[in-house]
Amino acid sequence: MASCLTPSGGKKAAPAAAAAGPQKIVVDPVTRIEGHLKVEVTVAGGKVVDAKTTGGMFRGFEIILKGRDPRDASQISQRICGVCPTGHCQASVLALDDAFGVTPPTNGRIIRNLILGANYVQSHILHFYHLAALDYVKGPEIAPFVPRYDGPDVYRLPKAVNDAAVKQYLKALDMRMKAQEALAIFGGRMPHVQGVVVGGTTEKPSADMIVDYVWRMKEIQKFVHETYVPTVYQVAGVYMDLFEVGTGCKNFLSTGVFPLDNEDKTHLLKRGVYTEGKDYPLDPMLIREQVKHSWFENYTNLHPFEGRTVPMYPKSGAYSFIKAPRYNGKPHEVGPLARMWITNPPVSDHAKRFLGVSTSKEVPFRALGDKAFSIMGRHAARAEECALIVDKCIEWAMQLKPGAATYKEAPIPASSKGMGLNEAPRGSVTHWIVIKDKKIDNYQVVSPTLWNAGPRDDKDIPGPIEQALIGAPVPDPKNPVNVVRVVRAFDP
Amino acid sequence: MSLSRREFIKLCGASAAGVGLSQLAPAPIVEALEKAAAGNPPVVWIMGQGCTGCSVSILNTVHPTIEEVLTKIISMKFHETVMAASGELAIEAMEKTAEEYPGKFYLVVEGSIPTDKDGMYCQVGTYHGNTRTILTEVVELGRKAAAVAAVGTDACYGGIPAARPNPTGAKSVMEIFKEYGIKTPVINIPGCPPNPDWMVGTLAHVLLYGIPELDELGRPLLFYGQLIHDNCPYRGYFEYGVFAKKFGDEGCRYELGCKGPETYADCWKRRWNNGVNWCVQNALCIGCVQPDFWDKYEPIYESLG
Repeated sequence: MASCLTPSGGKKAAPAAAAAGPQKIVVDPVTRIEGHLKVEVTVAGGKVVDAKTTGGMFRGFEIILKGRDPRDASQISQRICGVCPTGHCQASVLALDDAFGVTPPTNGRIIRNLILGANYVQSHILHFYHLAALDYVKGPEIAPFVPRYDGPDVYRLPKAVNDAAVKQYLKALDMRMKAQEALAIFGGRMPHVQGVVVGGTTEKPSADMIVDYVWRMKEIQKFVHETYVPTVYQVAGVYMDLFEVGTGCKNFLSTGVFPLDNEDKTHLLKRGVYTEGKDYPLDPMLIREQVKHSWFENYTNLHPFEGRTVPMYPKSGAYSFIKAPRYNGKPHEVGPLARMWITNPPVSDHAKRFLGVSTSKEVPFRALGDKAFSIMGRHAARAEECALIVDKCIEWAMQLKPGAATYKEAPIPASSKGMGLNEAPRGSVTHWIVIKDKKIDNYQVVSPTLWNAGPRDDKDIPGPIEQALIGAPVPDPKNPVNVVRVVRAFDP
Repeated sequence: MSLSRREFIKLCGASAAGVGLSQLAPAPIVEALEKAAAGNPPVVWIMGQGCTGCSVSILNTVHPTIEEVLTKIISMKFHETVMAASGELAIEAMEKTAEEYPGKFYLVVEGSIPTDKDGMYCQVGTYHGNTRTILTEVVELGRKAAAVAAVGTDACYGGIPAARPNPTGAKSVMEIFKEYGIKTPVINIPGCPPNPDWMVGTLAHVLLYGIPELDELGRPLLFYGQLIHDNCPYRGYFEYGVFAKKFGDEGCRYELGCKGPETYADCWKRRWNNGVNWCVQNALCIGCVQPDFWDKYEPIYESLG
């Protein structure tokens, strides 16, 4: 929102910043994320007053997909991201299901949920422990844990808690690997699964496969409930000020994920939009991609069915290879916080204790209130969601029918179009396909990174991460740790 | 270097005789090499046009564990996805490694290298105010490294970004080295992604015994020496003409589009994710270790001609 952009004008300027006036800080690369991201902030009075995020890589998936066999789209497009390939793969097969006019059988739907669910669990564990935690936990004194940002107030955990967290870092490596193993039972391998195709999944489940999946997920479930979730609140308790930092645009979008029926109508995590304080149903036709500030030719404000992706570098006024998607003309944050805010499920007992409420009744996620719109709020949302999903995956696995069909055949239509609405662990991912003469005529992908890390739009309104950075305290320009904390909380 | 010869053999999933080590590396030589490789050799891992899938795959290594690799076997001076440092601090760590260990550090490249627009399709950092591209890094660090491992099909042969019409001019490490006259040896470890054993096994081989024997495509024969089809447990179905007509059917996956008959890798033996499964058991091989993977093997779900 524009108001987020007003410089704070605070009078308590940090000495260095006061002497130099507004100062530009470039963090490039923002490490511990997937892909290449640069952040440039202007700091005045010890706080961020302006921010730009730059996606520095273009591969051209949409251009490469054109003219190919539509069935290959799910294999090619999942290679957009090696951390969440199943998010893309399933957005792609949902688009193909839609275009081919096919509905997977119940076993196929459940197996898709088990595959995606295991990926959520691995991705959330990886994100908290291996991508984000090193901004709060001091690792061992060897590479790759040194060098690191440092300062008097950066690492606040008591030594015993810090040491325990380092041990958890290692345990978490093992847990995320086990989640990949569980995924591979039905996915074939991970990263990049073979087991998900248009019409369902490829392998009929057997009793031993179900057991193999369940024992692994039970071990992970224990870790998530007893270690990951409480640790997030423990760390959050030491960094209470970070519940005030990283607010962002406060608009959320979720396409819904983990279908509970074969027609993809009801979902564990709900489909919906929250714009300027109100809830709305999602209308996928209101999604547009804008490119005024992106290194693309000026096909702007198009719906993805009509979308064009033609790179143009250099381009005056542009600063990113990421497009700026908008819903109903406004920026929307996607990801675990968006999903938890829209679904509003009951929170864990750890959250209740954190909120200082003692009740046996259910407390909804929105009880976190404004605290949710923050660095720590995003970590809490991700942990709560991880716990919810690992529980459900175990339940769903037990609903599989050994030997029953997982797949329904469907021929390639001569011409058709389809949309695939899905949620990757890091946020909404939608794929849009237009088929002509049995080939891909147009294929567009709107990924979570576009929603969150996109640049300013056609009206010069900044993207969600750009907005969230405004106000972040940067007392020492040499150690802009709060800048990377904000960015990483999104898992861009 | 804490990885013993015994552990290395375990990692390779074969007997010493099977990989020819008993002849190649008798115990005293192994010990000498272990000493030479001692002190956790510095590794710089850079990423071009990739998806981080190769890095995620190596996190799944079982023997040795990723913890052992990172804390005991090598010194990972730069890796965008795991390192603590960000921004200038991170880039400086990379530059310092090249300065302090010229000809002695190992460079790992993940992802392909775009050459159009002076490489600006893949901007990877800012150093002293200037934007650095993956092209700059591959050329500058590649010249100074002891050896380069190209991990993943993108870095080895261009992969997806180089698929037609290759909108960014994406190229492999070997192509770039040829263009720039760089002589540093390159080992290709293809796969989309590569199996963690192929990556850690090759690393271990380099540290213990030097560069392994490579095929004409630059791949270690140890892992890429045999055709999937010749060793496939479904080969019997093929011989007897029992073919799966749709997913979930019993039979050889040839008619579903399996590329095993043209793909050289040991997936059939090693399997994936701690031996849980592999692509052919679950669906089919898409030929992801091969050059010209995508264009040569599409459509994926049609049988080889």
